[in-house]
Amino acid sequence: MRRQLLKGNEAIAEAAIRSGCKLFFGYPITPSTEIIEYLSRNLPKAGGAVLQGEDEIASINMCYGAAATGARVMTASSSPGYSLKQEGMSYLAAAELPVVVVNINRNGPGLGGLGPSQGDYFQCTKGGGHGDYRTIVLAPSKGQEMYDYTMKAFDLADKYRTPVVILADGMLGQTMEPIEFKERPSVELPEKDWVTTGCIGRPKRKISMYNLTNEAGEEISLKLQAKFNKMKDLEQQWENYCTDDAEYLLVGYGTCGRVGKSAVQLARQQGIKLGLIRPITLWPFPEKAFISLPKIKGILTVELNAGQMVEDVKLAVKCSIPVQSHTRVGGMLLSENSVLKKLAEVFQLEVRV
Amino acid sequence: MIDKIVLAGFGGQGVLFIGKILAYAGMLDEQEVCWIPSYGPEMRGGTANCSVIISDEAINSTVLEHADSGIVLNQPAYEKFLPFIKPGGTLVVNSSVIDTTNSRDDIEIVEVPTNEITSELGNPSLANMVCLGALLNRLTTAKLSSIEKAIDEVVAKKRPQMREVNITAVKKGMAY
Amino acid sequence: MEKVFSKTKGLTDVPFTYCPGCTHGIIHRLIAEVLEEMDLLENTIGVAPVGCSGFLLDMFSCDFVGGPHGRAQAVATGIKRAMPERTVFTYQGDGDIAAIGTSHAIHVAARGEKITSIMVNNAVFGMTGGQMAPTTIGGQVTTTSPYGRDCALAGPPIDLPKTIATLEGAVYVAAGSVDSPKNVAQTKKMIKKAFQVQQKGLGFSFVSILSTCPTNWGLSPVDSLNWLRKNMMPVYQLGELKATEEVNAL
Repeated sequence: MRRQLLKGNEAIAEAAIRSGCKLFFGYPITPSTEIIEYLSRNLPKAGGAVLQGEDEIASINMCYGAAATGARVMTASSSPGYSLKQEGMSYLAAAELPVVVVNINRNGPGLGGLGPSQGDYFQCTKGGGHGDYRTIVLAPSKGQEMYDYTMKAFDLADKYRTPVVILADGMLGQTMEPIEFKERPSVELPEKDWVTTGCIGRPKRKISMYNLTNEAGEEISLKLQAKFNKMKDLEQQWENYCTDDAEYLLVGYGTCGRVGKSAVQLARQQGIKLGLIRPITLWPFPEKAFISLPKIKGILTVELNAGQMVEDVKLAVKCSIPVQSHTRVGGMLLSENSVLKKLAEVFQLEVRV
Repeated sequence: MIDKIVLAGFGGQGVLFIGKILAYAGMLDEQEVCWIPSYGPEMRGGTANCSVIISDEAINSTVLEHADSGIVLNQPAYEKFLPFIKPGGTLVVNSSVIDTTNSRDDIEIVEVPTNEITSELGNPSLANMVCLGALLNRLTTAKLSSIEKAIDEVVAKKRPQMREVNITAVKKGMAY
Repeated sequence: MEKVFSKTKGLTDVPFTYCPGCTHGIIHRLIAEVLEEMDLLENTIGVAPVGCSGFLLDMFSCDFVGGPHGRAQAVATGIKRAMPERTVFTYQGDGDIAAIGTSHAIHVAARGEKITSIMVNNAVFGMTGGQMAPTTIGGQVTTTSPYGRDCALAGPPIDLPKTIATLEGAVYVAAGSVDSPKNVAQTKKMIKKAFQVQQKGLGFSFVSILSTCPTNWGLSPVDSLNWLRKNMMPVYQLGELKATEEVNAL
């Protein structure tokens, strides 16, 4: 078969195996559990191993240890579990260890519910754990992208020695779509000359992240910030959809990205020149996408939260364009019709819905 | 061409399964498909449902406000999804267990007496496949040959002895 | 003149950062000597704790990894699973392993993770300035038990090795002390056995060691040793708490 019918979660797991991921440490939580289940069945066949940690904290720290040896390693969770991993995320960022961390976003705060959500946008893009750091965040919007971006995530993690987050709402994790098992793209990556694998025939190494003086702290922090700035410069990614002649613009990622495309089609059937920017990297946020736009009269952001990414959009356009927000919360979804209706309402347009 | 289909019934009646058959049928015909479960606490006991989209173009939104057609296998599913079908659409109803007094006249309601058919087939668990057959004639994106390919892939690989009876059930349903 | 003692190759020339009379230094030396004697220095990856001994990464001549407070055993698990042929050990204070990291202590033992953990028990959180630890003994004054540990409020101290010994995957559990030359020698034997257990892949091996903290106890180095003997030894059982048949056959 050219394509396999897989849940988005399973597509991530398959891509991890085909990216050379050798170890997975995780803890079951809905709606991400198919990732650890799929890997438990299939990673050992590919010469790797899955270990179910005693908790999320153990799992992310097992990733920390495995990454220190240079192995490709992944963990996956959903919102409450992702919160528990934040200590580890901060340490991974500080110790510059490449780990792919998947967050299949469900509704919060607290235990919340199992429904799809984008409520973890702030947590994923603004650091999440303590201290001054950022992680690359990739946001797939369909099954094949769950696969493709996972491969990309492993390469980015190795390229920058950094944890990389894949953030997808529960809808994407649970929906089955045909997936093409593409081969790993060939990418030139830096040699891992920093790994702690036992000092056979070389001087000893250490991997750590503390500083004994504030002066050293400043130096380490500035070095990290320089790396984050480089990512910001080089790694912004987004998709333009019907933006060339657009007068109005939607901005949405994940499930809202694909709903947005349907809304664009509906609007254009009615003569409204609507386009979509779908951020692929949520951090770095694709500010560059907003630089060379045609004359835009208004932007509507679409999110499954109370309005988080809208702040980054406002920063990206420096408030030069009116930015409005369309949201739905609590694990509920929003449709293309609701997007169109909101667009008409906030920008005084005539539409038939 | 696009079909947006909703499938619902009790957990155990095989609604997610016929959804999978439909999705495979579309995929094996080189179409785009999405199988969307209603996941969450309600999947444990009670009503199970999923949606399937089959299209000859890329599928964007997977959020359904209405479906073109559907299959309901029990009364709660009927009550819940009767208003969900677009005017002019089709709802296939397991009439052996569903009372259709409360109905609509702007959609086609296909009543399938599954008990009679499945007892003829000697397998009461095939009500879902019979209803799938009844829906098949009303779809624009799937045909019997693609359903047969899907059954080969999903059923016959593990349980080859179940292939014929499943296909027979679908064919019986197609008479409605 | 005949040279009768030289520093082990297991330690670098980085000076110890410990207070006068603290016994971390002795324990470092014992581990380093064992690794050298077993020819494991190039094969070993150590995992450091957060605490007074959090800076030992530079003091040992083997590779070292430092992670979050209490997580050393989870980090070590990741290293060992990635490189099963390597020797992996954690070095942790009682605050690290018996408080914030207890869940990992239980589960590496339960899984029979083929690593070695060394716990250094000085009955206080040392680095933060002598607060009550789960190992602080009844009546002991610390900055967070200024009237002495009230066991009615805080419960009695945890004897972690005893707990670990109940788990099947922990095949060697021993408790030593470094308060006297005799006990130092005995503790070194325990450490060596623990690494032998790991080399043979028999399961999880664990050595707990009673240690002093003159600064936070407010005692001289010598008085600290006496305090340890008088107050800690009656609470914490010493000796080999568990050695399976396979371990004894080593």
